[in-house]
Amino acid sequence: MVFKHKDILGLQNLTAEEIELLLNTADSMKEISKREIKKVPTLRGKTVVNLFFEPSTRTRTSFEIAAKRLSADTLNISASTSAVQKGETLSDTARNIEAMKPDIIVMRHAISGAHHYLAKRVSYSVVNAGDGQHEHPSQGLLDMMTMREKLGTLEGLKVAIVGDITHSRVARSNIYGLTKMGAKVFLAGPPTLIPPGVERLGNVAVCGRMRDAVEDADVVMMLRIQLERQGKALLPTMREYSRYFGLSEDVVKLAKPGVLVMHPGPMNRGVEICSDVADGPNSVILEQVENGVAVRMSMLYHVSGGGPTE
Amino acid sequence: MKTEATVILDGVGVRRALTRIAHEILERNKGITDLVLVGIRTGGIHLAHELAGRLEEIERAPVPVGSVDITLYRDDIRTQTPVLPVGKTEIPFSLEGKRVVLVDDVLFTGRTIRAAMDAMMDHGRPQCIQLAVLIDRGHRELPIRADFVGRNVPTSRKENIQVRFDEANRPVEVFLEKN
Repeated sequence: MVFKHKDILGLQNLTAEEIELLLNTADSMKEISKREIKKVPTLRGKTVVNLFFEPSTRTRTSFEIAAKRLSADTLNISASTSAVQKGETLSDTARNIEAMKPDIIVMRHAISGAHHYLAKRVSYSVVNAGDGQHEHPSQGLLDMMTMREKLGTLEGLKVAIVGDITHSRVARSNIYGLTKMGAKVFLAGPPTLIPPGVERLGNVAVCGRMRDAVEDADVVMMLRIQLERQGKALLPTMREYSRYFGLSEDVVKLAKPGVLVMHPGPMNRGVEICSDVADGPNSVILEQVENGVAVRMSMLYHVSGGGPTE
Repeated sequence: MKTEATVILDGVGVRRALTRIAHEILERNKGITDLVLVGIRTGGIHLAHELAGRLEEIERAPVPVGSVDITLYRDDIRTQTPVLPVGKTEIPFSLEGKRVVLVDDVLFTGRTIRAAMDAMMDHGRPQCIQLAVLIDRGHRELPIRADFVGRNVPTSRKENIQVRFDEANRPVEVFLEKN
């Protein structure tokens, strides 16, 4: 099994074997971060540009650490400090960066599909660090890596994803990835925040009540309510949301013993997850962050040898 | 193309060679104080466990065994497309001040050993690194030599040497393929 893609734009267009390869490499990469000298010479002489059109601390830092542990040179460009503020188009920004001969661009953009547009037009590799409401493949992979590490396999797992599914690229990447790997996904959230027709994505069920999704689950993944974006129009009040779709200790008890509680962060404590659960024995939220570095090292490594775009 | 395989070391021969190497390691290092074995993935790991078993039998104390995957340290990594799969490196002990015996099945150009030594240095500063190989087939491209050799086998570059292991990862025989 080899990885032939120039870019990683999402988990939708990867096969189960390719996802498994990325996860296996990530397992091997994890050890590097535990060494005295946390660096390998693999991407020496390569340049990785982090191009972020949306604010991000965790993902950008994680990609930057991943690139540095592989000995690549990294630089960060954020929209607030770039010529984007002066009206430059995405295409012009990309071509100007291309003229400086980078090898890999890690990009986050508010528009779904921006990465596909870019990947077709540039010679360097494009890695999606989140595009609009579409995909966030590195988050999907690190979630799957954490599940596989803790539970041994993804095959046959019952995974509940709870919250704002409609606006969540984390949910989409997890749905594509998990169903390909043989897990069953149960979605729960207010009807205004569940996209119509989501069952067509594969082994996915929509539950009206949170307890139906969580019952006997191996994993409960809570999504962030994006208070700054769509919370107001689609939800009556945060208190009501929290009462019906917040994860409390009582709800956790409905799941399998030893259930993994996950959250992509940043958390709204007391809204979608209560502090007792977020800091409790079932929470693997910090393991997710740790595995994020290993997964991103794996992604950068595999695209560095990728062929022409498919 | 037709390939013919010749057995150059049978099971008994491999076991004798490993037993001799184990004794030589003890002689050179005056026992097993600070001694650790690190096998190079994958053949070297199996042989490192074989050597560790013999050392323990003689000295009545266990010798730590680690494993190293050298993919990320290869000097031809930039020309590999697509990139090669990466195996696990498992060295669950510090190498600081240790006497490290690197173990590999076949010594050829020496490039793998260069990569493995760089990997070792990222795990601490060992007191010394020695090299044990089952077969030395010549054709070095770097100034590297083995400290312990099972057998020297003169080969041509076109030939291929393989160590075969059984299901329990115990060495069965060594054979040479002519293309």
